[in-house]
Amino acid sequence: MEFQIIWFVLWAVLWAVYFMLDGFVLGTGMLYHYLTRNDREKQVLINAVGPVWNGNEVWLITAGGATFAAFPKTYALMFSYLYSALLLLLFSLIIRGVSLEFRGKINNDSWKKAWDAGILVGSALPALLLGVAFGNIFSGLPMDGTGYHGSLLSLLNPYGLLTGILFVLLFLVHGSLYVCVKTEDDLCTKSAATADKLWSAELLIAVTFLIATAFATKLYDNYMSTPLLLAVPLIAVAALLGIKIFLVKGKPLMAFASSCITIVMVVFTGVVGLFPNLIPSSIDPGHSLTIFNSSSSSYTLKIMTVVALVFVPIVVAYKIWVYRIFRSTVTVEDVMKNERAY
Amino acid sequence: MDTVVLSRFQFALTSMFHWIFVPLTLGLSILTAYMETQYVRTGNELYLKMTKFWGKLFLINFALGVVTGITMEFQFGMNWAEYSKYVGDIFGAPLAIEATMAFFLESVFIGLWIFGWNKISKKTHAVAIWLVALATNLSALWILLANGWMQKPVGYVLRNGRAEMVDFSALIFNHYGLFKFGHTLTSGYVVAAFFVMGISAYHLRRENQTEFFKRSFMIAAIFGLAASILVAVIGDFSAVEVARYQPAKFAAMESIWETQKGAGLNIFVITDSKHECNSVEGPCIPKLVSLLAFHNPNAEIKGLKAFPRDERPPVLPTLLGFRFMLLFGGIMLVLALMGVIYSMRGSLEKHPLFLTIMLFSIPMPYIAGQLGWIVSEVGRQPWIVYGVLKTSQAVSLSISTGQVYASILGFTLLYGGLGVIDIYLLTKFAKKGPEDDLSALLKPASKEA
Ligand code: HDD
Ligand code: HEM
Ligand code: HEM
Repeated sequence: MEFQIIWFVLWAVLWAVYFMLDGFVLGTGMLYHYLTRNDREKQVLINAVGPVWNGNEVWLITAGGATFAAFPKTYALMFSYLYSALLLLLFSLIIRGVSLEFRGKINNDSWKKAWDAGILVGSALPALLLGVAFGNIFSGLPMDGTGYHGSLLSLLNPYGLLTGILFVLLFLVHGSLYVCVKTEDDLCTKSAATADKLWSAELLIAVTFLIATAFATKLYDNYMSTPLLLAVPLIAVAALLGIKIFLVKGKPLMAFASSCITIVMVVFTGVVGLFPNLIPSSIDPGHSLTIFNSSSSSYTLKIMTVVALVFVPIVVAYKIWVYRIFRSTVTVEDVMKNERAY
Repeated sequence: MDTVVLSRFQFALTSMFHWIFVPLTLGLSILTAYMETQYVRTGNELYLKMTKFWGKLFLINFALGVVTGITMEFQFGMNWAEYSKYVGDIFGAPLAIEATMAFFLESVFIGLWIFGWNKISKKTHAVAIWLVALATNLSALWILLANGWMQKPVGYVLRNGRAEMVDFSALIFNHYGLFKFGHTLTSGYVVAAFFVMGISAYHLRRENQTEFFKRSFMIAAIFGLAASILVAVIGDFSAVEVARYQPAKFAAMESIWETQKGAGLNIFVITDSKHECNSVEGPCIPKLVSLLAFHNPNAEIKGLKAFPRDERPPVLPTLLGFRFMLLFGGIMLVLALMGVIYSMRGSLEKHPLFLTIMLFSIPMPYIAGQLGWIVSEVGRQPWIVYGVLKTSQAVSLSISTGQVYASILGFTLLYGGLGVIDIYLLTKFAKKGPEDDLSALLKPASKEA
């Protein structure tokens, strides 16, 4: 029993960290055209995410791998039920990856324009799709003993779309704050102003989301029975307000940190409400996928726990080390000097 | 066509495409790391130039390896949900371990390596590429142990309507998987060696940057010769495992229909599955197959007829795949040996024909590797997990043929485009040759935080 709970927590942490880290890369990618005036500035933005984007994406791969290892039935059904949506996600992530890597390889306008489009599509689509997917997980999928009764279109229900828009806004604000932290002068000023503007929309959608959740999902049941858990959404809201406060005070780094907490806590808000479900059924609660009816054997979970306890701290340690090496801001001069850059 | 056939096709398409990039990454990461180490040790700028030039080609290839890999991770759930449910208790573990142990390491340190030229010491920079090389090789270990388990399932029991793991160490020490790892890894080294030799040969023929390319050629030739020998030796161990644990695949690899003692090797065969015989065969080297398979000239080899028709793999692709893999392996061994001899003598430029052959040999190890996978995967059919689960029972129940047609179309277009871009970029930078201007790299960092 206990190992399933450990893996439920780890599962949630992997997703939350993925959204926190890739969120700013996706956000930067979505804002990339809007924030920049010329090719130099575009290069600055790409190089601001260049050293870390791949390492951030691996959290998604690990979240998928962990779902497979710990909850194989959930992995199998979730991925096959959401086949078309995941395919789109996959294609857009592929396009984003090669766009970031290949844009700078050749100095030619139409070459670069094509990859610029790739960066935009490859950033906006995953943000939206992941949000829609999680919205549908929160509200449950139409599945019963005979299988799945939904389609790509049924995923685009109002609550799913609302969650999608929420994710897009979370990442937009997150990305613009990251850009402000990592750049100087005009780029930083402009992105801070953008973050400020988008923040109001983020607040509005977040509040709508919290209200809609009461109607569209059963997430609040757990909060009713254990009110202490309300701390999670409260921290989310506090952190969201913190973004604005730090922006006004002119402390972009702190605003970015608040945005990190916001994203993590939004994910936790949903996940805490899900427990012990991984994917509830919206039509037959008896066929919900829970951490107990879809998990691996306790032997496998034990082994995976040891692996996670050994390797996750190591990963976190060297990630922090590398982030520290790249902590300085990226400037136009840097980009021109380093011909290795993207 | 049903979803099984379509999903098989899609899996073959996407995994073989992933496999275009993987082997070069496995080998070229090591060669690049070696070159950079030489630079750090000797301070000779020629090695720095090499690191940069081969490193650039490495990175172009690496990017595609990464993005096509994500597809693989998703596909088990998307297309093979019944498989994932049935064996996920065992199969999921190595995949998750691969991600935590290898992918993080590789992705974080490749970022450090690309962007860290002026930010970290020379030594640390060289360590970064070694960590990337280590990580790619580690990732191969785990994925091949996973695949090894599908070939020879060990350490499990059938319980609760699925296969459950009872002995993790059996999975790790599964000989089948370890030999597969050794063979596949060294086959990647061969790919990288021929890649470097081929491009070097191109420039040597044009007498362009001769010293640079002679040195590159020599490093690759030595690496390639060692790898070509190892790939054959470990391939032989693999064949022994196949003969022991997957006799039907082995019989298909040699197109042997009748069970026999002291089976000989027919150099030339035309197989006829309909009439369950070889319509043409010969000349025969007596007892060779038994000798190779069991290291005993009189060992009994099971023929295909010993298996029910629906448990035999498709014979033709298995047979041809195996034959041509061996043929190419033999040719490459000779070429690598000649490469070492000419390099040692310093007489490469005097053999223009050899250089031309080397240029056109670049695809050979790639093809051999693809054929190897055909032998191993097609030869395992109709099983997805040998003796435990059939491929036809493994496919997702909730997907429709329309969905899979659409995804195959999508993959074909997307991967087709990526393939073209990859070849374009690789040839462009390979032809261009190394940059002369190293000043940007040697300048000390002007601004530190
Ligand atoms: C023998 C080696 C080998 C084999 C058989 C496979 N791969 Fe692979 N894979 C690698 C060796 C590799 C690599 C060399 O480590 C790559 C290639 C380029 C790279 O960045 O890492 C990689 C990349 C790569 C990535 C991206 C990692 C990243 O973002 O850094 C994923 C998710 C996978 N692979 C997953 C798979 C799966 C699920 C496979 C099984 C069907 C598979 N690979 C077969
Ligand atoms: C451990 C990971 C792997 C798993 C779980 C796996 C599983 C499968 C499955 C489900 C199929 C479809 C059924 C079939 O047609 O045979 C397949 C086919 C195939 N796979 Fe693998 N495979 C793995 C690794 C690989 C890799 C890395 C390659 C290398 C490129 C590869 C090459 C192939 C080929 C060529 C086919 C086509 C066979 C055919 O269509 O008959 N496999 N494999
Ligand atoms: C020269 C002697 C060689 C021998 C005796 C040999 C033997 C084998 C055997 C028996 C298999 C099937 C293993 C299985 O079904 O599980 C195999 C697979 C394979 N071979 Fe070879 N091979 C040789 C050369 C090569 C060369 C030169 C390459 C490429 C450069 C190569 C690449 C592969 C790959 C990628 C696989 C699939 C992975 C695996 O099953 O290990 N082989 N080989």
